[in-house]
Amino acid sequence: MIAAAVTALLSHWRRQPGQLATLILGLALATGLWSAVQAINAEARASYARAAAQLGGDAGPVLKARDGTLRLADYVALRRAGWQVSPVLEGRMRLGRETLRLVGVDGMSWPSMPGQGMTLAPADVLLPPGRLFANPETVARIGAEADLPPRIETTGLPDGVVLTDIGTAERLLNRPGALSRLLVLPDQPEGLPPLAEVAPALELTDRGRQSDAARLTDSFHLNLTAFGLLSFAVGLFIVHGTAGLAFEQRRAMFRTLRALGLPARTLTLLILTELLVLALLAGLLGLVLGYLVAAALLPDVAATLRGLYGAPVDGGLTLRPAWIASGLGMAVGGALLAGAQGVLRVARMPILSAPGLLAWSGASARARRLMALGGPALILGGLGALWLVGGLAGGFLLLGGLLLGAALLLPPLLGALLALGQTRARSVIAEWLLADLRAQLPGLSLALMALLLALATNIGVGTMVASFRLTFTGWLDQRLASELYVTTATDTEGAQLAAWLAPRADAVLPIRHAETDLAGAPARLYGIADHATYRDNWPLIDADAEVWDRVARGQGVLVNEQLARRAGLWPGAMLDLAPGWRLPVAGVYSDYGNPLGQAIVDLPALLRHNPDVPNRRFGIRIAPDRAAALAEAIRRQFDLPDDAIIEQSRLKAQSLAIFENTFVVTAALNVLTLGVAGFAILTSLLTLWTMRLPHVAPVWALGMTRRALARIEVLRSVVLAGLTALLALPLGLILAKVLLDVINVEAFGWRLPMFLFPLDWLRLFALALLAGALAAALPARRLRHLPPAALLRVFAHER
Amino acid sequence: MLLDIDRVVKRYPGAERAVLDGVSLTLDAGETLALTGESGSGKSTLLHLAGALDTVDGGEIRLDGTAYSALDDAGRAAIRRGPVALVFQQFNLVPSLTVGQNLAFHARLGGRHDPEWVTQLAQRLGLDALLARYPETLSGGQQQRVAIGRAMALRPRLLLADEPTGNLDEATGDAVLTLMLDLVAETGAALLLVTHSERIAARLGRRVHLTSGALR
Repeated sequence: MIAAAVTALLSHWRRQPGQLATLILGLALATGLWSAVQAINAEARASYARAAAQLGGDAGPVLKARDGTLRLADYVALRRAGWQVSPVLEGRMRLGRETLRLVGVDGMSWPSMPGQGMTLAPADVLLPPGRLFANPETVARIGAEADLPPRIETTGLPDGVVLTDIGTAERLLNRPGALSRLLVLPDQPEGLPPLAEVAPALELTDRGRQSDAARLTDSFHLNLTAFGLLSFAVGLFIVHGTAGLAFEQRRAMFRTLRALGLPARTLTLLILTELLVLALLAGLLGLVLGYLVAAALLPDVAATLRGLYGAPVDGGLTLRPAWIASGLGMAVGGALLAGAQGVLRVARMPILSAPGLLAWSGASARARRLMALGGPALILGGLGALWLVGGLAGGFLLLGGLLLGAALLLPPLLGALLALGQTRARSVIAEWLLADLRAQLPGLSLALMALLLALATNIGVGTMVASFRLTFTGWLDQRLASELYVTTATDTEGAQLAAWLAPRADAVLPIRHAETDLAGAPARLYGIADHATYRDNWPLIDADAEVWDRVARGQGVLVNEQLARRAGLWPGAMLDLAPGWRLPVAGVYSDYGNPLGQAIVDLPALLRHNPDVPNRRFGIRIAPDRAAALAEAIRRQFDLPDDAIIEQSRLKAQSLAIFENTFVVTAALNVLTLGVAGFAILTSLLTLWTMRLPHVAPVWALGMTRRALARIEVLRSVVLAGLTALLALPLGLILAKVLLDVINVEAFGWRLPMFLFPLDWLRLFALALLAGALAAALPARRLRHLPPAALLRVFAHER
Repeated sequence: MLLDIDRVVKRYPGAERAVLDGVSLTLDAGETLALTGESGSGKSTLLHLAGALDTVDGGEIRLDGTAYSALDDAGRAAIRRGPVALVFQQFNLVPSLTVGQNLAFHARLGGRHDPEWVTQLAQRLGLDALLARYPETLSGGQQQRVAIGRAMALRPRLLLADEPTGNLDEATGDAVLTLMLDLVAETGAALLLVTHSERIAARLGRRVHLTSGALR
């Protein structure tokens, strides 16, 4: 009995291979895009974890001195009291023009010292000259510095970081006996005396510095995950439409099987099994697709994460069992979700129910009413979530509510627009076209919802990126006001350069900074000379009166927007710059692309508290037409390599290139989502094809040519795509506003002004029309070349 | 002579023999002709060829002297929205249009829409209370009356009807046929009607019988 039923059920797919392909491809696309994003995220997180493990970031909490100076005596006291701690000395090491982060650790107690498994004796690492462990790229950049210990390549460390024994670090940093922090090791003995008794000057913090990468990039990965989910949802629209149609087309067969004695439970189980088998097939195909997409995008993602956050990510992709399992799980879950309605209908279908070809499409007035009520409810729910939950999660809930709510509102809105058009139509063709569009709307609404989501996301993300680009370009003009930027190899050379330039340039502006912690997080403290370059150009977004005079007098500090938003440091607030050094915030400036806090004080004030800050970078003001000649003169005089002198235009171009790279993944996912939506329309039109003939054949019989009907088929799809694109515009702009005012502020710490780009909308509108036309081209071509006999079959008695 | 079907041959791909094999038939203006025959005898095929819905493989069909073989797709479409109108057993109304819109549809396509005539047709066919309804909400008899109204609104010279009462009960079928014959007589159109029913065939002016692709 079961074999016969299976044969009957499968015969449908033999007769409808296109529908089977659509179902599998739709689910594969959905799974593929989702899996690609998951693979990218997993790879990036694994890279952070590897780096964190080697730098001890995941080994547990750390102890830091409350006043910033950790004493050897505290370490000794803790060890004597039985505390299992491992000392770390960290600092910046200059090698030529390179600045590397040098992390010195106790090779005996460090939880994950590289070199384990290598043919390396512990004495080689611990005894002079010691060993330096670094990423191959960093090793290559260090080059053949003769004064340094031998280098050992390890892929587990991020670029720009050198790990070594603490003794070697003391020597290289010239800080004997100094400590930066103590790592609290996992296995501590019982009955330890409390920290407050042993070392009251120290405090326990949960996170080590290296977990910053994971924390900072959380928002980026959340963004990718949101895109992945959106693509998955768009793909599920295809699956839902196709699976629904397949269920409906087989309704007569189901009734026959039931009438011939197949129990409803067996039939439902068979259909569920069929769905699961198809889902697994599609899931496997989706994993292959996902792997290919991830492999194509990962180098750009890695570059973005390195450029924007300094986070270490390898460009290679590893096949992980968890990723395969999650991809297949999503495919099966998605198929069950998309097919649930059909399976339920089969389970509850009475044997004598009459077939209704259009019932699957949810065209009933009740469904439309539910959509019209559910849409606003979801939007209000999103607004409520932002208000109640707040933060990044609240922002994403608002986005989800807005997008899904608007998608649900689309069919009722399109129906109303078409009805309005129908009352205004003059010609009989226009009247029929609009009436036909309304009748077809339920069958196409899922695909149109997918298109709406894809277009709105494109407009929203496009507006955000373009607004960001415009703001960023203006900001670069302000921030990079000097015509030349020069970096010398040593402080002595820096001093010589400044002296040599004094009579030759309009102004020489030292760029000096100290690495520090501000408001409890790593930050840079810059000292600047009082000069019109800053007064006239610096991009202040909030400031007290006489801001520059106050900074110049050493009575105020400027902070970047990230620090201001994170720590609530707006003009008037007080900021602790160092023990005993506290200044009021005089102004806040925009500082895009920088994940860290930053503050600016008067240069003499910085030097009073940090007399050893390097003096090797300078901004040089000179008439733009003399800049190239001066650059050449500096090169000759000081024998500086090409990349030591950067002209403003080149630096701007480099900065813009980093910026463009940052959004390349977003743009790629945008295009992919739009592609999936276009495919959803195509598959909907193709699956509706068999149901179109009874609508089209009478009109052909009444005297319209197949060519005219084919043209109308294309026009029909173009009109629907165009109307959807029009409705996507306001939704996209609202999306952009939420991205700029809520998501960006929460994720990156800066707020951007919103600009409008009507030309981009026109381009996208044209693209939507093109997608509609292309999607309808195949069905229209079929109709154009359909033999009259096929149309006449509609009129045949046995139909 | 309005319609001249001259030694027409029609074959379907894969079929062993021709569905129509040298069929000849003429029809004058105002004449009513019943075409009878068994299932598969080629009645509907002949009707479709006369309505320029399909093309012949041999022979010729002429309407008012115009040879169909000389017409391209657009020319044949012009025949269907001009001198010829069709009524099908399955009604084949446009499902997305209301009854009122369906009634006027063919005439508007043919550029011969006469609102007064359509109103009059709707009254005579008993459809004036149903004008805002959609076809799927009507009974079979009501749908067939709409299909007849749609065809007659064009004021065709030739009305082709393919088993127009085949889906209706006897009483409804008789009423529908009476209406159609009245309207045909009133407008001077010729009627070629395909039917299985001897009773219906007897009500028309002339009848021919098709057997295995040939007239007897």
